[in-house]
Amino acid sequence: MTTSSLASTASIRRPPRGGTTGGGLGGAVATALADGVIAAAVAFLFTLPLVGLRTEIAIGGLAINTRFVEVAVAVALVFLGRFGLSLSAAGYPVPVLAAALAVAGASLAIDFPTAPLQLIAVAGGLIVAMIAGWTAYTGRSTLSRAERQKRMDAIGAKVQVWTIWLAPIAITFAVLLPFLPFADRRFLDIAILILTYIMLGWGLNIIVGLAGLLDLGFVAFYAVGAYSYALMAYHFDLSFWACLPLAGLFAALAGLLLGFPVLRLRGDYFAIVTLGFGEIIRVILLNWYQFTGGPDGIAGIPRPSFFGLAEFIRRPRGDDVAFHQMFGLDYSSLHRMIFLYYLILALALIVNFFTVRIRRLPIGRAWEALREDDIACASLGINRTNIKLAAFSISAMWGGFAGAFFATRQGFISPESFTFIESAIILSVVVLGGMGSQLGVVVAAFVVIGLPEWFRELEQYRMLAFGAGMVLIMLWRPRGLLSHREPTITLARRRFGRAAAATSGEAT
Amino acid sequence: MTAPDDWEPHGGEPRGLAGARPDAGSAAGRPRPLLTVEHLTMRFGGLVAVSDVSFTARDREITAIIGPNGAGKTTVFNCMTGFYAPTTGRLALDTGRDVFLLERLEAYKIARHARVARTFQNIRLFAGMSVLENLIVAQHNKLMKASGFSVFGLLGLPIYRRAERAAVELARYWLERMQLTEAADWQAGNLPYGAQRRLEIARAMCSDPVLLCLDEPAAGLNPRESAELSELLCFIRDSHQIGVLLIEHDMSVVMGISDHVVVLDHGCKIAEGPPEVIKRTPAVIRAYLGEEEPDDALAVAGGDP
Amino acid sequence: MEYFLQQSINGLTLGAIYGLIAIGYTMVYGIIGMINFAHGEIYMIGAFIAVISFTVLGLFGITWVPLAVLIALVMAMVFTSVYGWIIERVAYRPLRGSFRLAALISAIGMSIFLQNYVQLVQGARVKPVQPIIQGSVSLMERADGFTVSLSYLQMIIILLTLVLMIAFWQLIMQTALGRAQRACEQDKVMAGLLGINVDRTISLTFVLGAALAGVAGVMTTMYYGVVDFYIGFLAGIKAFTAAVLGGIGSLPGAMLGGLLIGLIEAYWSAYFTIEYKDVAAFSILVLVLIFRPSGLFGRPEIEKV
Repeated sequence: MTTSSLASTASIRRPPRGGTTGGGLGGAVATALADGVIAAAVAFLFTLPLVGLRTEIAIGGLAINTRFVEVAVAVALVFLGRFGLSLSAAGYPVPVLAAALAVAGASLAIDFPTAPLQLIAVAGGLIVAMIAGWTAYTGRSTLSRAERQKRMDAIGAKVQVWTIWLAPIAITFAVLLPFLPFADRRFLDIAILILTYIMLGWGLNIIVGLAGLLDLGFVAFYAVGAYSYALMAYHFDLSFWACLPLAGLFAALAGLLLGFPVLRLRGDYFAIVTLGFGEIIRVILLNWYQFTGGPDGIAGIPRPSFFGLAEFIRRPRGDDVAFHQMFGLDYSSLHRMIFLYYLILALALIVNFFTVRIRRLPIGRAWEALREDDIACASLGINRTNIKLAAFSISAMWGGFAGAFFATRQGFISPESFTFIESAIILSVVVLGGMGSQLGVVVAAFVVIGLPEWFRELEQYRMLAFGAGMVLIMLWRPRGLLSHREPTITLARRRFGRAAAATSGEAT
Repeated sequence: MTAPDDWEPHGGEPRGLAGARPDAGSAAGRPRPLLTVEHLTMRFGGLVAVSDVSFTARDREITAIIGPNGAGKTTVFNCMTGFYAPTTGRLALDTGRDVFLLERLEAYKIARHARVARTFQNIRLFAGMSVLENLIVAQHNKLMKASGFSVFGLLGLPIYRRAERAAVELARYWLERMQLTEAADWQAGNLPYGAQRRLEIARAMCSDPVLLCLDEPAAGLNPRESAELSELLCFIRDSHQIGVLLIEHDMSVVMGISDHVVVLDHGCKIAEGPPEVIKRTPAVIRAYLGEEEPDDALAVAGGDP
Repeated sequence: MEYFLQQSINGLTLGAIYGLIAIGYTMVYGIIGMINFAHGEIYMIGAFIAVISFTVLGLFGITWVPLAVLIALVMAMVFTSVYGWIIERVAYRPLRGSFRLAALISAIGMSIFLQNYVQLVQGARVKPVQPIIQGSVSLMERADGFTVSLSYLQMIIILLTLVLMIAFWQLIMQTALGRAQRACEQDKVMAGLLGINVDRTISLTFVLGAALAGVAGVMTTMYYGVVDFYIGFLAGIKAFTAAVLGGIGSLPGAMLGGLLIGLIEAYWSAYFTIEYKDVAAFSILVLVLIFRPSGLFGRPEIEKV
């Protein structure tokens, strides 16, 4: 740890413009060239076999499809980027800024071999330009990590204060959304999807954000919830409303059962065991054909009724009354959609309300204390296993609720929907937004789920971007973009009333 | 060391022989024994960190454990507070109502039921949480019960709100005592070093202990802060009527406030007694300063009370 | 009996591959105390490099088997080394000393990134490779005609693994690099003060582990004849299980753990149910972590207080 802190203090600031001792422009260019060449060499090795030599299935084995132009372009871009950054750091940000903008502009016009390369060229040029511009503006190449964290934390604190205003506005907007003119079927579909992930993210946030335990198998509980509902509806003909609490209960029980043996494990062991559990549940769903339908999944899962009073169907059976008849409306298939939307909105808000509330209770504080220092927790008489178990099964319960919702929305489930990738997506929603930050989850869900849904052509790059995003966010701000922690109780507020609530942000 | 007369060993096993050795000081008028350590041995593989150590810490007294670095002091603490399971030996805590055999309890049970609170050599605060929150977390078990294991709390029932208010009042009391009131809503990790030490003691006290164990509380403090610490420990002993067990290198603190001193060296107890006696014990002086040193070397090295 | 023998041979082959991957986990864990979550992807990339190499060599008409295999091995080792180096440089080094979860998440991000990178640039479909080494010796024949055979490929895999293990052991035990590596494992700060380039040593640890995983990838390509971008996930978990079973941090432990996992998987598939063979590995992982977290050869870990 000492070595790394030494290293980071050494690399905090390169000398500002003109500050290099000797060498001048020539020296700077030589250093930058060397940096660029090294980076280009790495990029060359990184891309040569996998990008340059694509294997294609052909008659009688494999054929090679060479794409050396792509490799060359990628290497050239990496070289230019590194060269520019290095030169900018050495005290020549202004020419770099101009050149980077020029490259970005030119890249828009030139025909690239593939679209992603063009995107990389434009975005890379702009990023280099931004960094150079920042350097030119401040006279420094980089902020120290501590400074950066402080700035970001100030932003996070501000956002947290805004939440008091933002939340009611956002909720009002969300409630009115289905009646807005642009809310068509596709729009509502995406909204429901985003809300599902917001709910999952909030659920996972309890274990990852508050208790600080990296659960990589969250999807297991999502699956338990979904299958509980599907199987209970199939075998016992139970309605959605009867199954919803049961699905949550089963997921919580599964959490309790799985959590009991593994919660004693240390951080990374815990992560990999939960990953394993996620896979075990998927393998069981896949292979227990008689019970789960195996890879075929379960189809024909009943849709939810209007609180058990009326169905969303055109022609009700017998004496039943359909939803549109009940309210004297014309039949529209959108009604069910809107109902599903409100259902998931309500579920998500319940999770949020629960989390906000429980953070201020002893158990919530104990979760956070556990994340900060679990040995100190034990020394204060806190039963670590029980507290973790509570976090794990409550998290699982929300996952189960979301799973039941997923099943009823889709009408069909199969093990395909519950792979590790799904866990990774939910985790990235939590991590990118800011661990422990409720608002962060919302923002991240829009970015992670909403963007690729709108731009379908980006779909195949989505997971690639997630991976890169997770790495970059961790490097840039390890606790997530909007992570900022408000104390759950303050002395000042008690003394001066609620008006003083906002000041606690400045105190830290 | 005096054999505790009012203490009945658990399970009626015969009392250890070493437990019956006569003590240098007189037992008359002294408070009853709170913690009785008998034949404590802790081995890590081949290394014997603590070897056959026995001593008693009494209620309403400050007992100091001193000794050179690596003497096994912190290991004794870790055995007492359940972080290590001792190889052999018995650690009995007599609260007056119940007797707890600490070597058989898990760490959290020791804190919760036997009510032994401790601090750590390298401060262990909940650094990301506020100062006040640190003190509230220390009252976890009490509040957990009051919140009906979160059910009443989630419903916002007054029974929980009352309990929380009481918890804040207790925290406020200790914040004032530790001069931390101004910093109550700060992030604990941002406090200056001395304040972090005080906060850790306050946190331990908020868990309502019968025995407070402090692992080098004066480390890194300046002389003024050390003096304040001495005063604080005496206050805790006298006003809160609990036992204090102290590991400390700062002799001005140890000799000034301890009622009883236990000296360890290389995992063995080499002396035990009141500070005035310890200061003049040749074995202690040898352990601290090596052979052939003047008699009052310890007093010179540590500073006379 | 014959069937059992055949399964043992298959299991050992599988185990050799797992063992090679497990070494990467165990070494990285030994030196930085963290799991390299992206290690499975390195193995997958090694397998892809082998596919590409064999295809390219086929185009150039280099079909002499020893040369082709050698070139594929070298290529895989070179390129996976680069990937190993990049993983350390990008996902781990900047986060050394940051909080634990951060490095873990960045490594998972790296793993997701690499998996999808390969899927994008090489396609999602399974790549078949024609068998390169064929033929086998039959060791035993049962009355009903079932023969126990040891294929040349299995021989090569087991032998190559043995050779690599011995070479690697020599590297760690005899060379300056190995000494530096072991020193960093004990105490990075002190090693740094003594003039060991800690950063470079850690980088090299990643690189060496990656090269071995690359070899394992080549073996998989030859053994199974099919490769896809998803194989790293399962193999990674199984190899990690092997490392934990053997005692994470221990080289012979990793190899032995690998063999055990390979054997268990083979027997499980043969006598129990092939569908649940992946569950076997996970169950072992969970059981080992719960009942003997230090594995077969690991040192027991004590909670540091």
